[in-house]
Amino acid sequence: MKAGVLALQGAFREHREMLAALGVAVTEIRTPDQLGDVDALVIPGGESTTMAHLLESSALREPLSAAIADGLPVLGTCAGLIVLAREVLDGRPDQEPLGAIDITARRNAYGRQRQSFEADLTIEGLTAPAFRGVFIRAPAIERVGDAVEVLAEHNGRPVLAREARVWVTTFHPELARDSRVHKRFLEEVA
Amino acid sequence: MNQGQSSYPEVGTARVKRGLAEMLRGGVIMDVVNAEQAKIAEDAGATAVMALERVPSDIRRDGGVARMSDPMMIEAIQAAVTIPVMAKCRIGHFAEAQVLQSLDVDYIDESEVLTPADEAHHVDKWAFTVPFVCGATNLGEALRRISEGACMIRSKGEAGTGNIVEAVRHLRSILGDIRALTVATPEELFAWAKELRAPVDLVQEVASRGELPVPMFCAGGIATPADAALVMQLGAQAVFVGSGIFKSEQPEVMAKAIVEATTHYADASIVAKVSRGLGAAMPGAEIDKLDVTFADRGW
Repeated sequence: MKAGVLALQGAFREHREMLAALGVAVTEIRTPDQLGDVDALVIPGGESTTMAHLLESSALREPLSAAIADGLPVLGTCAGLIVLAREVLDGRPDQEPLGAIDITARRNAYGRQRQSFEADLTIEGLTAPAFRGVFIRAPAIERVGDAVEVLAEHNGRPVLAREARVWVTTFHPELARDSRVHKRFLEEVA
Repeated sequence: MNQGQSSYPEVGTARVKRGLAEMLRGGVIMDVVNAEQAKIAEDAGATAVMALERVPSDIRRDGGVARMSDPMMIEAIQAAVTIPVMAKCRIGHFAEAQVLQSLDVDYIDESEVLTPADEAHHVDKWAFTVPFVCGATNLGEALRRISEGACMIRSKGEAGTGNIVEAVRHLRSILGDIRALTVATPEELFAWAKELRAPVDLVQEVASRGELPVPMFCAGGIATPADAALVMQLGAQAVFVGSGIFKSEQPEVMAKAIVEATTHYADASIVAKVSRGLGAAMPGAEIDKLDVTFADRGW
């Protein structure tokens, strides 16, 4: 299996290292031709408005959208979740999400950096210990469609959800030094 | 569905503070002096803005004491954009830092561009929930700032000059010394710690990781897309652009071009494409003709 990590901006290196530690061949994606030969994709955390610009200027938006529609498995964390959502609240007007998963996401839902936090999460399908969720200026999932399955919540809000082969987290599994979310994603979509 | 057991959320941990720096990697943080410039920066794809009353080249021109910005101006910028907003305090001025934290800025830059408030001490950054970035000209300075709690290091360069030469000198010095540490013997690391005037445990950590324990960005003198590509290839993980955008002939175009060049830093054809027709970059200055060198501030 070959996994790609969208490397336009953000914490792509942490994802690459985590996937590599799981024994997966990893490649960084910055141009459309690099997208062709990957079996799964991670869209990392970072600044979602920056990524939205760079998806356009790098001519990646259309091919990426088409590949996901064709069944490319994708894991989006934080900003990656915002890129993949059906609808985004508190975004920029020109920030058109890909609509790959039927959720409504609110940007910076917890506030500014001073409100960023970490907390233990219970994730469906993972055994103890708890998964340490790191939330950095995190978005919230405010609505999930009927086809969306919620795999973890924090204080009543969904923080890990999936619809078919599209997985999203509002937290940063790549910062937790715990590869169980990546492992489970790869196992289920492979 | 899982009922989501929740632990009490923990704020201000090192992981959370360093985490925002990780999210800013591969991006451009732009100096802005008002809400209008902040919007232009966000429109161009900046990952964050640095709110300050005067860009470094104007601070250099005007002289006098440069201080923390007016809270009203910082709040106006926070209201104008959705991306993180950083602000600067003077070196050692922990009361300015407290004010900036109370304003909920996302990152505090304890900056040599402002006039230092303390000639021996930097702010105890562990005491804050908001993370700090600090400048460094060499590895020892970087490790001293990290030991004080800095969560991001930026090579200082020489702000407000539009001259990349100092940024390159500082990056090469820091990264070269890190490479040397990775092949040093255990007893040599003790000698390195003495020479660097840095805690030995941090020196050992850098030697085993082959990099700083926090992200390292580059600042001070970036004025063109090719400047950004240069420092990214040298090993910077993101760039700060101060006077380089809003002192250029076409700030909107220059800002977008530097954003693209920072992402595609290793692809010269893209850097060439975005470098076309930018108009004049900011006017530059030679380092040996300066009255004040900001990079010498910091202890």
